[in-house]
Amino acid sequence: MEIKKDDYRVCYDQPTATIYCQGSLRLSGMNEYAPIVELLNNVAEQEPPVITLNLTDLEFLNSSGISLISKFVIQVRQKQTINMIVKGSNNIPWQKKSLKNLQRLMPSLILEWE
Amino acid sequence: MTQIFGDFIDNFSSSEEYLLLRFSPTSVPLKQRWRNNGLSADFMADYLTTFFPGSEEDPSTFERQNEIKSAVSYIANELLENAMKFSDENMPQPITIQLDLQADKIIFLTTNTISSQVVADFKAYIQELSASDPSEMYIQQLEKQAEVETPIGNSGLGYVTMLNDYMAKLGWKFETVQTEPEVIIVTTMVQLML
Repeated sequence: MEIKKDDYRVCYDQPTATIYCQGSLRLSGMNEYAPIVELLNNVAEQEPPVITLNLTDLEFLNSSGISLISKFVIQVRQKQTINMIVKGSNNIPWQKKSLKNLQRLMPSLILEWE
Repeated sequence: MTQIFGDFIDNFSSSEEYLLLRFSPTSVPLKQRWRNNGLSADFMADYLTTFFPGSEEDPSTFERQNEIKSAVSYIANELLENAMKFSDENMPQPITIQLDLQADKIIFLTTNTISSQVVADFKAYIQELSASDPSEMYIQQLEKQAEVETPIGNSGLGYVTMLNDYMAKLGWKFETVQTEPEVIIVTTMVQLML
């Protein structure tokens, strides 16, 4: 599964159960995030034991995008069968500020920095 | 009529160093103009780094530059997205965004028209925001959103992240500048401490 546009790329690597979000995700909410929501829903439905969300190349994310990722984390938490790892980058300041909130939504979530 | 909410400096006068962008109302639909928000925010953030020079002798200066750039880009983009979403497209008044660099903070000011249909909801939201602990409100809003199918993008999360993640101060001024037809202009002020 892959969604690729000029500014961003979201894809799922099934063998490693890793979702990669890359580039700049600043869509206008409304319907624009729908294909990504569908991809995320698909992954959650497959219920792999661990899902890794790799954000290390995600330079920008607007608040609608934060909302999208938060909703996904809550969805995964509600399944109760999936562990989750979120990989962030030390070099992208917004991640340092905002990703810790995901742990408040899902305390067992593991945040890894590289 | 003028109404003020939150941390708003009413008699604010711009310092020497400021940058102002104006966007005139246009016939190009919002969706096609959307990418301009990010482009403008990045430009403003990049422009501002000139005033925070990096020094090879002190690597922390580059880190600081990077942090300020990222924060300005995030906040300016959110403010522009809101202004574009809320402004009344039938009105001739432009949307403006201004960055003002002060000794201890950066002040963001956006102005846009707002239709009288949505202004009451917006004020109610601002009052809820002012009365809440931003950290709690952040989590509550996200949990609430996960329960009901709220369309992403109408979350009001932008302001909460500015308060909670960036420790910014937020204020609003509503001015009725014309009656019949009624024209309301909202000025949003965000203060980011340095």
